[in-house]
Amino acid sequence: MSSVHVDNLKKYYGAVHALDGLQLEVAPGTIFGFLGPNGAGKTTTLRILTGLARPTSGTAQVAGVDVLKDGNQLSRHIGHLPEEPAFYTWMTPREFLDYLGRLYGLSSKARLSRTRELLALVHLEEVSKRRIAGFSRGMRQRLGVAAALIHHPEVLFLDEPASALDPAGRKEVLDLIENLRGQCTVVMSTHILADVERVCDVVGIIAKGRMLVQSRREQLLEQYAIPAFEVEGDDQAALSLWAQELRRLPWVISVVPRNDAFRITVRDVQSAKRTLLAMAVNSGLTLNRYEEVRPSLEDVFLQLVGAEEEL
Amino acid sequence: MNFITVFRKEMQEQWRTYRFLIVAAVFAAFGLASPLLAKFTPEMLKVIPGLPPGLLEAIPAPTVADAISQYVKNMSQFGILLALLVTMGVVVQEKERGTAAFFLTRPVSRETFLLAKYAALIVTFICGLGLAAVGCWYYTLVLFEPLAWGPFLVLNGLMLVVFLVYMALALLASTIARSNGVAVGLAFVALILIGGIGSIPTIGDYFPGRLFSWGTTNMLGGTDTAWPAFGISLGIIAIALLAACIVFRHQEI
Repeated sequence: MSSVHVDNLKKYYGAVHALDGLQLEVAPGTIFGFLGPNGAGKTTTLRILTGLARPTSGTAQVAGVDVLKDGNQLSRHIGHLPEEPAFYTWMTPREFLDYLGRLYGLSSKARLSRTRELLALVHLEEVSKRRIAGFSRGMRQRLGVAAALIHHPEVLFLDEPASALDPAGRKEVLDLIENLRGQCTVVMSTHILADVERVCDVVGIIAKGRMLVQSRREQLLEQYAIPAFEVEGDDQAALSLWAQELRRLPWVISVVPRNDAFRITVRDVQSAKRTLLAMAVNSGLTLNRYEEVRPSLEDVFLQLVGAEEEL
Repeated sequence: MNFITVFRKEMQEQWRTYRFLIVAAVFAAFGLASPLLAKFTPEMLKVIPGLPPGLLEAIPAPTVADAISQYVKNMSQFGILLALLVTMGVVVQEKERGTAAFFLTRPVSRETFLLAKYAALIVTFICGLGLAAVGCWYYTLVLFEPLAWGPFLVLNGLMLVVFLVYMALALLASTIARSNGVAVGLAFVALILIGGIGSIPTIGDYFPGRLFSWGTTNMLGGTDTAWPAFGISLGIIAIALLAACIVFRHQEI
């Protein structure tokens, strides 16, 4: 059984179609990256899946619970970290986690040990008696992760968990998510491709309220990424002339300047590998760098979302 | 579901954010000031220069009835204002800050979320009004004569019912509103409507404000009652709370 099953989910705000027949399937134990540009429908989907909003039509189950029917049951199976987690700032982290533990019916012994364990996990033991009011954004985000995990949820929803953090804070939160692998299913919405590449097993790309593609990360890269090479040299004029020559070749799709280098996108990798370097040498170019560029999720994302937006 | 846990948190919040103390201090101040004002207003008038001759002599000596009427006047103005001010932000601010969304994905029903807040406010107002009553009773004893406890308790009980009406309406306003400004507007519309209609003769007999005059008359030995106003007040509380629960249940956070 899937951890998350969404079928033909629609959410209309007047003429705006925030979700327009969304399909989504997340297998248990997966770290699922829910990727899309701003306004694509990611947060709306998570709000429906956590019971905060109701769809116009369609069905959704999380951990086998119909999200439209049993909010109480649903809350016991899920953990949720909103984009900007909000707290009762007059509480300390210890009090806050203890309060959540009470809501989930944990015994006082279980609350004590779970609070201690989670504060250690998110590196907040030293400030456990300080008021949350004085916490930085990163500290609040980490506390939010701890709060979402207090009851060992089966499915954890994270809405843009690292988007507003500085590099150090981002690393900490992504490390935390990575450490959850195997413990629960994680559905993480983001528009930061590097975060998805780093932690997610499966990626779903959404645009205009529809799922464009959903696949394992490697399969997605294989299926959609276009092979490319990058060449960098000192003599830009000579490189430009060479680029013109390349554009005439049948296996070259495009040659695009990128900073001090040229990015050559090709149809046939083997031909490119056999010919490119030799051509550069024959043209008398002095190269600083020549490399086959690993296709990135960014390429796939731009390709898919770009095509969707052209429609 | 989890009512006691959420209620405890609400009480803790009232204490830590000083809301409890503010309500208690305001009530205590007006409770203590009422008999003082009744007693010393003529004295204060005496020191005002240039008063028309004969005016001071025309002012009767203050009695315990003046202390009671000053107490009721203060409570009917500042008590109601305090009830609105303290209640109208409790839900909408949580929606604006995001704490509502954070907690409503936990095992907390929306009804529990609302009713625990209302229950905590009731406790705060009972304590505040209790302080005001003790203060008023003590200074009345010192400055005039002891008040009869029974009718005084009834008077305070009736005043509490009026406060609860305005608190329930302010909670409904706070639930309906998406922003604090709208909640303030709605709460004051309720105040103007109930206060305005309540001041129309005959119709006013059925409105919460009538409970103040019932309590005062009862204090001064009268036998006048206002059971219809009492029943309607309880009805307004029940309907406002029910409406708030229904609105909140269907509201997207």
